[in-house]
Amino acid sequence: MSRDRTWALRWSYFFLVLFAIFFLVPPIYMLITSLKTSAEISAATNPWWVFHPTLGNYIQLLTSNQYLTFFRNSAVVSVFVVAVTMLISVPAAFALSRMRFWGSATLATGVFLTYLIPETLLFLPLFKMFAVFNELTGIELINHWWILLIVYPTLTVPFCTWIMIGYFASIPKELDEAALIDGAGWIQTLVMIFIPVALPGLIAATIFAFTVSWAQFLYPLAFTTSADQLVLPVGIITSLIKGDVFNWGQIMTGALLGAAPPLIIYAFLMDYYIAGLTAGATKG
Amino acid sequence: MAEVTLSKVVKKYDEVEAVRGIDLNIADREFVVLVGPSGCGKSTTLRMIAGLEDITGGEIMIGGDLVNDVPPKDRDIAMVFQNYALYPHMTVSENMSFGLRLKHFPKAEIKKRVDEAARILDITDLLDRKPKQLSGGQRQRVAMGRAIVRDPKVFLFDEPLSNLDAKLRVQMRTEIKKVHQKVRTTTVYVTHDQVEAMTLADRVVVMNHGTIEQVGEPNDLYHSPATRFVAGFIGSPAMNFIACGLEKSAGALKLRVPPDLVFDVPADRTKRYEPYAGKKGLLLGLRPEHLTDTRVAAEPGQQKLDVTLNVIEPMGMETIVFFTLGGVEICGRVGSKAGARSGERMSLLAHLGHMHLIDGDSGKVV
Repeated sequence: MSRDRTWALRWSYFFLVLFAIFFLVPPIYMLITSLKTSAEISAATNPWWVFHPTLGNYIQLLTSNQYLTFFRNSAVVSVFVVAVTMLISVPAAFALSRMRFWGSATLATGVFLTYLIPETLLFLPLFKMFAVFNELTGIELINHWWILLIVYPTLTVPFCTWIMIGYFASIPKELDEAALIDGAGWIQTLVMIFIPVALPGLIAATIFAFTVSWAQFLYPLAFTTSADQLVLPVGIITSLIKGDVFNWGQIMTGALLGAAPPLIIYAFLMDYYIAGLTAGATKG
Repeated sequence: MAEVTLSKVVKKYDEVEAVRGIDLNIADREFVVLVGPSGCGKSTTLRMIAGLEDITGGEIMIGGDLVNDVPPKDRDIAMVFQNYALYPHMTVSENMSFGLRLKHFPKAEIKKRVDEAARILDITDLLDRKPKQLSGGQRQRVAMGRAIVRDPKVFLFDEPLSNLDAKLRVQMRTEIKKVHQKVRTTTVYVTHDQVEAMTLADRVVVMNHGTIEQVGEPNDLYHSPATRFVAGFIGSPAMNFIACGLEKSAGALKLRVPPDLVFDVPADRTKRYEPYAGKKGLLLGLRPEHLTDTRVAAEPGQQKLDVTLNVIEPMGMETIVFFTLGGVEICGRVGSKAGARSGERMSLLAHLGHMHLIDGDSGKVV
């Protein structure tokens, strides 16, 4: 038996190392490249080693107004999207998991199904809808960063609602009955009992919503075009790729800096994130 | 404090009738226990009193007010759940004061009530702990504390001791009784455990298949069960039921247990049992303690019985013996020094003065 265990451990470590290499090589390569000058990048030296390290790329980006605008746009969009998502999906999940009304089970499944429709399928109809809206009202929705606040939640709300339904479902029924008898209304039960008890799930959903909006590429590419309206992922490739000239050092630097905020959030909230995902997973 | 009245209360889940029109009056300050097997409708009844289930038909009154359409929070009741249902993110004192805080009681009043309840339940040291830091028995106390601080008209208990181990259950049973003697709030208590029902209740309500079989004080139920179900449900080990026949011969009424046992019916019961002579499907009900060893002092209605013991279970102060009579396994209780041995013959006394005669068709005790 202990022999079996030893072998099981060896195999686990083998695959762990394999996956670690697989997933860590790209960011490491990005880091190495970001520390090189353009001249060194195009020179035929060992690409895995920095011979003349420089922080020039970082200094250039962090002092460039354009890059800082992208960063600010991303941050503002993500924070607002997270807020909008939570304000919709937490009460929605509470209603779907606790209030029995006609069609509530179907609706819960329906919410999840909408998540399965990819944005590559949705952005053209959305674009058309905005155009029609523009013709009817004269209000221009396209090429404003705030339109993303309306578009992103179509991705985040269904999934976050689903996570929260699963999490709320794991809270014993007696807990809300006790609250009901103690004199709490639905809103008080949600705010004073469910949200604190389901905090790990809530944090998992928040991280998910943040990551999705921070990394979203297709929608901002389709709906925003002016340089001052762009978010980070789109901004990097549109401003740092000039024609067929790839400014690799700055692209890598920009991407690395852009990956920092989710990384920091993950590091702090990792335990909650895992607890939240596994709890949500039990609801089929 | 208040009385609770149920009249013709019905609960239907789609097609299934969980509670079939029950009538029950619970007096002010009374401790009533609803007992019965799982699925008998006892919990549903309690939850209807609490307002957690809609009432399909009939009326429920608390303190003279019709509460059918009153939401739980306005019924002025408190409930203790089987799994305690403590709020996991709140301390003990926050748990207990939650209801009062929602009703915007003054802080000083809340503190006074929480301290008082904590004192009654002996949990003063635990007030700053979280539920997960407590043992099962302590959680149970906190759940009761949450009910007490509210000072409601009625306490509702839904199998509150089922999650505790056997020893703690006995201890908490006594605690609940003590608490009730101190606060004297009208209490409705649901359990499937007949011992719990007998020990706690002022009156026991035995339920089966959504109806009330019998309501009565614990000893009345034990000694004068109204139906076969109550006779078999109350008491442990359970009452023995033996198929029998009644015969009238030479003016005397005889009880015949197939194949060849004949007992005289005690004189004081002859008149009551006479109409059933010759009827089919009669059952003799006799509790294990009325099948004893022969050294018990003489009283009317005792008759000798020689049996072969199948199994014996020594309990210390007595020995439970099992033997076959009329094709069924019968249980008796003999003294620990009566010399009962498995596989051996033994003379027992049947105390027919304590017998019950059950009409098998109606299930009623005659």
